[in-house]
Amino acid sequence: MVRFERFQLANGLKVLVHPDTSTPMAVVNVLYDVGARDEDPGQTGFAHLFEHLMFGGSVNIPDYDEPLQVAGGENNAYTTNDLTNYYCQLPADNLETAMWLESDRMLSLAFSKKSLDVQRKVVCEEFREHYINKPYGDVWHIMRELAYTTHPYRWMTIGQELAHIEDAQLDDVKRFFFKHYTPSNAILVVAGNVTTEQVRLLAEKWFGDIPAGERYQRNLPQEPVQTEARRRTVHRNVPMDAIYKTWHMCSRMDDRYYAADLLSDILGGGASSRLYQSLVKEQQLFTSINCYHFGSLDAGLFTIEGQLVKGVDIQKAEDAIEAELDKVRNQPIAERELQKVQNKTESVMAFEDMSVMNRAGSLAFYELLGDGELMNTEFDKYRAVTAGQVHQLAQELLKPTNSNTLWYLSSTDATQP
Amino acid sequence: MPDRKSAPPIKDAVAYAIQLKSPEIHQLANKVDLYKVQAGTEEVVQIEWVFKAGNWYEQQNNIAAATNFLIKNGTSSKSAYDINEYVDFYGAYLNRSCYNETAVVTLHCLTRQLEQLLPLVQEIFMDAVLPEEELHIFRQNMKQKLAVNLKKCDFVAGRKIDALLFGEKHPYGVYSETADYDALEIAALRNFYAQYYQQGHCTIFAAGIFPSNFATLMEQNFGSLPFNKQTLVEPVHPFIPSAQKQWQILNDPEGVQGAIRIARLFPNRHHPDFPKVQVLNTLFGGFFGSRLMNNIREDKGYTYGIYSYLQNHIQGGAWIISTEAGREVCEATVKEVYYEMQQLRDGDIDAEELLLVKNYLIGTLLGDLDGPFHIIARWKNLILNGLDINFFNHSVDTIKHIHADELRELANRYLQPDDFFELTVV
Repeated sequence: MVRFERFQLANGLKVLVHPDTSTPMAVVNVLYDVGARDEDPGQTGFAHLFEHLMFGGSVNIPDYDEPLQVAGGENNAYTTNDLTNYYCQLPADNLETAMWLESDRMLSLAFSKKSLDVQRKVVCEEFREHYINKPYGDVWHIMRELAYTTHPYRWMTIGQELAHIEDAQLDDVKRFFFKHYTPSNAILVVAGNVTTEQVRLLAEKWFGDIPAGERYQRNLPQEPVQTEARRRTVHRNVPMDAIYKTWHMCSRMDDRYYAADLLSDILGGGASSRLYQSLVKEQQLFTSINCYHFGSLDAGLFTIEGQLVKGVDIQKAEDAIEAELDKVRNQPIAERELQKVQNKTESVMAFEDMSVMNRAGSLAFYELLGDGELMNTEFDKYRAVTAGQVHQLAQELLKPTNSNTLWYLSSTDATQP
Repeated sequence: MPDRKSAPPIKDAVAYAIQLKSPEIHQLANKVDLYKVQAGTEEVVQIEWVFKAGNWYEQQNNIAAATNFLIKNGTSSKSAYDINEYVDFYGAYLNRSCYNETAVVTLHCLTRQLEQLLPLVQEIFMDAVLPEEELHIFRQNMKQKLAVNLKKCDFVAGRKIDALLFGEKHPYGVYSETADYDALEIAALRNFYAQYYQQGHCTIFAAGIFPSNFATLMEQNFGSLPFNKQTLVEPVHPFIPSAQKQWQILNDPEGVQGAIRIARLFPNRHHPDFPKVQVLNTLFGGFFGSRLMNNIREDKGYTYGIYSYLQNHIQGGAWIISTEAGREVCEATVKEVYYEMQQLRDGDIDAEELLLVKNYLIGTLLGDLDGPFHIIARWKNLILNGLDINFFNHSVDTIKHIHADELRELANRYLQPDDFFELTVV
């Protein structure tokens, strides 16, 4: 049970406080309701590039990291297709340092030309390191374009192409900031060895006078229902063939989300899952196989990916996956198997909640979903799912017409199709 | 409007007293030491069984790792699937990892499920059968994984630098080729299992919230196993560093980045300079605000990240600088690394920068002692390295009190370019 209190400043900033006196530390987590899905199709990768710029100095403070480190703190941030999250941890006595730093960069960035020039290069190196210079690095670039025709989930957080990042201009940076980085688009969570009164005073002092700005109204083009199976084959300079299959699934706030999550565990969550046991251990067609989804806020992708044993025919490998999918569509799911994945979920959640930093991040995320309190009722929703519901969901979700299949084949000459 | 130009007052992190909570030490009837730290808010536990069964003790490449991997893939009465299904059903994680000196089996579970799981752990220590078929799958999967990894410049650089530092035959430097996996035979694994697990040397580290009958459960399940009886013959493996210091490897002609490793041998934790060099390393390349990161990422944008670190070995280790940089700026990156070494040897470290590093180190240490798993990890590290609380306290004191001129002296002793291996893999 995670206890917290909540208040809102006049400018719209929501503040959640989660006291925990067992630690000498404080955590300050600021979540902005903006991700890669909010980008212009001609300027992808911007939300993430922007995250880098948030460390390049704010209007009154030339450097973010240094004062935080002086105060004994450390920090990081991440961007997803849905949101951008910044968090830092420091000795609780120095909480005000974090509030000062976070509030100033919410007020306004310094918009330094040098910072933009350098971070463009840094992000391009990040792009190369993770998506170009790695075997199978472009899989999600290809798969997103195959699975989405309309929704901005069509591109990866890092961006559709390097040029979009290389071309970013300071004016674009300013526009993006004043559109998305406003108090009413943010959620502040303060956790650790703090009191609500202390946080309230500091929040009023440092965040209270930030202009409210306009609340960003998200109005994204939604993906039409897919009615026909899509397939693509690529050849790349990789040692092994691989197969990737995705299906459109419900959004994070849909009631069916919990059954979909449990279904992914039944199929591919770990060493006793169906796909691993059948395809890696018994039939030995794959060296690895996984089933997962991204928990996207808008309708996302349910995924199976596997790497083939050298020499296995890819059609045969896909047929073997399909045979497992037939089983889950056509035969009821045993109570023990459902209970197993529910038990696993319970323990994953307990382990995640061990650190105050994770609890702060989770609270911000659930508040974005609508209410931080959802964090405390989440497991009940998993427990309430029945075997019948998972079975029914498998039938709806895993329809062949809803599927996207990518054959990622090894080629010695690396022909680019 | 608050004064946003000036930083609010802070309490210097160096002013905090840092205390590492002591574990309770309990010895089982068979003289196996059990260290436990009861702490935390969630009803979960973590137990690690540490065996002296790392690759230090193997006669043939990969025997230790393969045995460790297969230990939970079948007993005389349970298949690998039965074991995995049972562990998953109780919402637990049973992992194993193989290191140089040690090999570890780790259980994570909810406190209330522990009693159901411990007999299974005991069973894999006493009755693993290491099935031939499981070895076949392991061999095949590892060979393919290796083939994929060999496409990555950072993987190739990581194993090559270890081989240069310690020698290709040394347990710290040895790496796997496809042929090594082909050469694995089940009989050798079974012998290794019998000697280093069934009748091996074990120490147990537990943390979290324990059930009230924890001591009894541990005694029942592990107190009468034949551990720690045989005398362990400690093999001797001298370091044989490469004679050639400079290496350029072209692994992928199409590569758009190079993996750079610049490294020298460095003594283990028992050397008096070790705690001091940890401070110097932090300033040099050990955190996001380091000189290497500020220069090479934040000023020049050559890389997504650059770090230096002291490698974690029991007998003796290395000081390594590691980064992936754009192919066309690899040379410039290497040059800047040496420039930063020279700055530390000849230049000044001003008081402000040193205080920042000290505060950062103490602040992160404070944060890192949050929770039972972090506390036991510190203890495990001390105990397996033959150290005690004095080392921890001395390290904290060193951070708080070290002077800039000492750091410069250390830079002159250890950051000499001639002592470093230099490797770039594209």
